[in-house]
Amino acid sequence: MNSLTTYLFIAAALFIIGIFGLLQRRSLIGMLIAIELMLNAASLNFMAFNRFLAPDPIIGQVYTLFIMGFAAAETAIALSIIIALFRRIHSINIEQARDLRG
Amino acid sequence: MTPIQNFFDPELLAQTAFTVVVAFTFAGALIAVLPRNILYNVLGLILCLTGVAGIFLFLGSAFIALMELLIYVGAICISIVFAIMLSRPLHLSLPKRHLPKVGGALGVALLVFGVLVTIISRTPWQPAAERSNDWSVTTMGVYLLTRYDLVFEVMSVVLLVAILGAILITGQSRKRSS
Repeated sequence: MNSLTTYLFIAAALFIIGIFGLLQRRSLIGMLIAIELMLNAASLNFMAFNRFLAPDPIIGQVYTLFIMGFAAAETAIALSIIIALFRRIHSINIEQARDLRG
Repeated sequence: MTPIQNFFDPELLAQTAFTVVVAFTFAGALIAVLPRNILYNVLGLILCLTGVAGIFLFLGSAFIALMELLIYVGAICISIVFAIMLSRPLHLSLPKRHLPKVGGALGVALLVFGVLVTIISRTPWQPAAERSNDWSVTTMGVYLLTRYDLVFEVMSVVLLVAILGAILITGQSRKRSS
């Protein structure tokens, strides 16, 4: 019923909302949320190609699972860095995180 | 044809459900990006990811939809909420919106959207010559442990390293700040 391009347009719109959020936010957790949106747009693309084009419908599902696993790992690391940074500078605003020295 | 099918055309019902799911996704994405209160952002992210899980259902994979709910909503969003509560940034002053920055971000996003739309509509998408219709979870499990077992192993190692790294980073910062 819905064609491939419908899903691709939905994924593209989700991706640009993610880009907009990533560029516009200054709180680190807000940027992390925007990155999650972009990762979801990517996996939506994989699933759409999987449904309409791929010779074997397993590949896209495996790749989507892969993206989800990486998103979980990335969130764990990013949140621990954010908590460590918050203990140091008492803020999650990136403009106050200026030096790399620990 | 039963009387109930006269009232609800299945095709129309499916199309309506699809529209509703997509509307949920975009509303959630906008809530996840626009408000300045981080807790609202996380709730919007949960709404958006639930919508994406619904779209996965329309794309024919109930398993991936369930995994989306389980991993994203159940694990990632909850851990973000925990991080927000642990670090108490809600009491701190909200940074003011910086209008040139928002405008620039909007410009870049619209530019990227234009490029993506052009690429999507200009490309002639060709389906593969022969396609199998095997969507079952059983086949997927067999493939994950035979043909794609490198993916499985790499994912396990990456998750293990990420857990160790997260514990290490948080523990060290606690030692140093006390």
